[in-house]
Amino acid sequence: MALSDKDRIFKNLYGFQDWRLAGAKARGAWDNTKALIDKGHDWMIAEVKNSGLRGRGGAGFPTGLKWSFMPKSDPRPNYLVINADESEPGSCKDREIMRHDPHLLIEGALLASFAMRAHASYIYVRGEFVRERERLEAAVAEAYAARLIGKGNIHGWDFDLLIHHGAGAYICGEETALLESLEGKKGMPRLKPPFPANVGLFGAPTTVNNVESIAVVPDILRRGATWFAGIGKPNNTGTKLFQISGHVEKPCVVEEEMGVPLRELLDRHAGGVRGGWNNLLAVIPGGSSMPLLPADICQTLTLDFDTLTKLKSGMGTAAVIVMDKSTDIIAAIRRIAYFYKHESCGQCTPCREGTGWMWRVLQRMERGEAEKREIDLLWDVSTRVEGHTICALGDAAAWPIQGLIRHFRGEIEARIDRRQTEQREAAE
Amino acid sequence: MAVRRLSPDQPAKFAFTPENAAWAKAIIAKYPPGKQASAVIPLLWRAQEQHQGWLPEPALRLVADMLGLAYIRVYEIATFYTMFQLAPVGLKAHVWVCGTTPCMLRGAEALVEVCRRRIHHDPHHVSEDGDFSWEEVECLGCCANAPLVQIGKDTYEDLTPELLEKVLDGYAKGKPPKPGSQTGRQASCPEGGPTTLRDYVK
Ligand SMILES: Cc1cc2nc3c(=O)[nH]c(=O)nc-3n(C[C@H](O)[C@H](O)[C@H](O)COP(=O)(O)O)c2cc1C
Ligand code: SF4
Ligand code: FES
Repeated sequence: MALSDKDRIFKNLYGFQDWRLAGAKARGAWDNTKALIDKGHDWMIAEVKNSGLRGRGGAGFPTGLKWSFMPKSDPRPNYLVINADESEPGSCKDREIMRHDPHLLIEGALLASFAMRAHASYIYVRGEFVRERERLEAAVAEAYAARLIGKGNIHGWDFDLLIHHGAGAYICGEETALLESLEGKKGMPRLKPPFPANVGLFGAPTTVNNVESIAVVPDILRRGATWFAGIGKPNNTGTKLFQISGHVEKPCVVEEEMGVPLRELLDRHAGGVRGGWNNLLAVIPGGSSMPLLPADICQTLTLDFDTLTKLKSGMGTAAVIVMDKSTDIIAAIRRIAYFYKHESCGQCTPCREGTGWMWRVLQRMERGEAEKREIDLLWDVSTRVEGHTICALGDAAAWPIQGLIRHFRGEIEARIDRRQTEQREAAE
Repeated sequence: MAVRRLSPDQPAKFAFTPENAAWAKAIIAKYPPGKQASAVIPLLWRAQEQHQGWLPEPALRLVADMLGLAYIRVYEIATFYTMFQLAPVGLKAHVWVCGTTPCMLRGAEALVEVCRRRIHHDPHHVSEDGDFSWEEVECLGCCANAPLVQIGKDTYEDLTPELLEKVLDGYAKGKPPKPGSQTGRQASCPEGGPTTLRDYVK
């Protein structure tokens, strides 16, 4: 069963309608928000817990549980920081929320901040999203002018919302690198513990959440946890913005239910795989960090956290990158490896050196200029980066390469054979 | 990581215009007392905008002085974040071509070829007429509209080499085309119209 329009949260996903306050209100935003606040901090956290919402920024950590880690009485201020750094290759959903339905995010920011007893929140927008930031700033100004937020607002919870921006660095999407950047430093991830809920922004308790995680909160609270939990699958609930790129007829962003079958998603919304389903080679189901899955696994694949983890891949940001049979799969992964080499912040040796090394080996494998024993060596090196670094960028760099070797070792070997045959023939 | 160094050719001085100086003061005041360092990226960004799209060394020192930071802290920021241009760029356009896999799958390499041929063989070099420069960048967060370029604040999406030529022609004539999809589709809606929320299409 496909998701019906009445259950869709992002009604202006493509910007056919007015993004301003009046338009957002007509679609149901800011409707008696005070009644939700009057139910109290603890009700709100419980409701989000019961909805089953899992973080939309990649890791899928339960949102309500994360909020419950925030201190209830601490002399320091509590902060909510919203992660709008959206830089994981394949991901392009937070952009649509910010430019087409910014009030969903602003109302969500007020509600989430209230739940966590925060009076101030920052939204960290990636530097390249200049127009999206301008739109968001305009919407925030509207919300202040209408006294929906700010000091002495009509909801009875003082709340300031500030927009900040980066200047080009994928690593600033990692939550502690983001906090460093917001404090005016290089975006270098922090060692944990302490976790941000204890020592976060400016040394104060902080929760970092993704844009989509926050923008769905008003609908969850208004329509109820059971409504959200009734969509999708147990432990993988709710609606989700899927981003479909690569070799489909009609790439797009679309809101569907969690656990939607891949084939149905592509056929219904993206016009199917270019050249037909049988022309599929592989998909990367959750953004560039997630290991690819070959076509034979895709036949009955459903897109949710638990299914994809079981298959040694991941839901990530639900950025589905489709590759048809014309793809040079080694080149596709080599380009991802280059991305991680480029974006490593450089403070851990396994990541700084390993990402460059793995990229260089893949460049040779792409041309067949490698030895077959190097495939195992590459795997081995990837496992020495994975899990041995300060932040998960090391894992993110290792996983796509492991996916390539797991499912396309034959292709790498065939290319090495071909090259060796060519050389032998040239020598004769 | 990428190696990034300041250009050896630098102007002697940099000062904010009065409007930008006033703007900077307001930005610094947004952050809690004692936390003015947070303003460093916005201020450097404004300096770059004021200085024909690149960040000269005297601006780094000026911003450091305004925020009470050691010079090295601001040098670190300028070399860490790749949107800061450390050498002169084209006067009419500095083109970012997204080259990451989702864009590559839909033909980004051909866009790079257009830039090589039309602007300069190498990235970060200004064209002979001084008007254009280019570089390949990592995912711009618009992958459902791949491949694309960003020029200044705007993206030009769903490109082919021919469509990119038109975009560049527009900049050369001082009349940039309308940003967004260059095939005329609405944002990231599937080509030909939405498969959902049809009641919401005005
Ligand atoms: C290298 C790296 C990059 C990340 N980039 C992003 C990002 O762009 N946006 C995002 O929301 N989360 C990103 N994350 C995840 C964040 O660290 C964090 O888990 C997330 O913002 C939490 O929000 P959520 O619980 O709502 O998902 C990234 C993580 C890593 C390790
Ligand atoms: S794993 Fe890589 S990106 Fe993360 S902190 Fe270490 S060097 Fe930096
Ligand atoms: S890969 Fe080009 S926008 Fe994402």
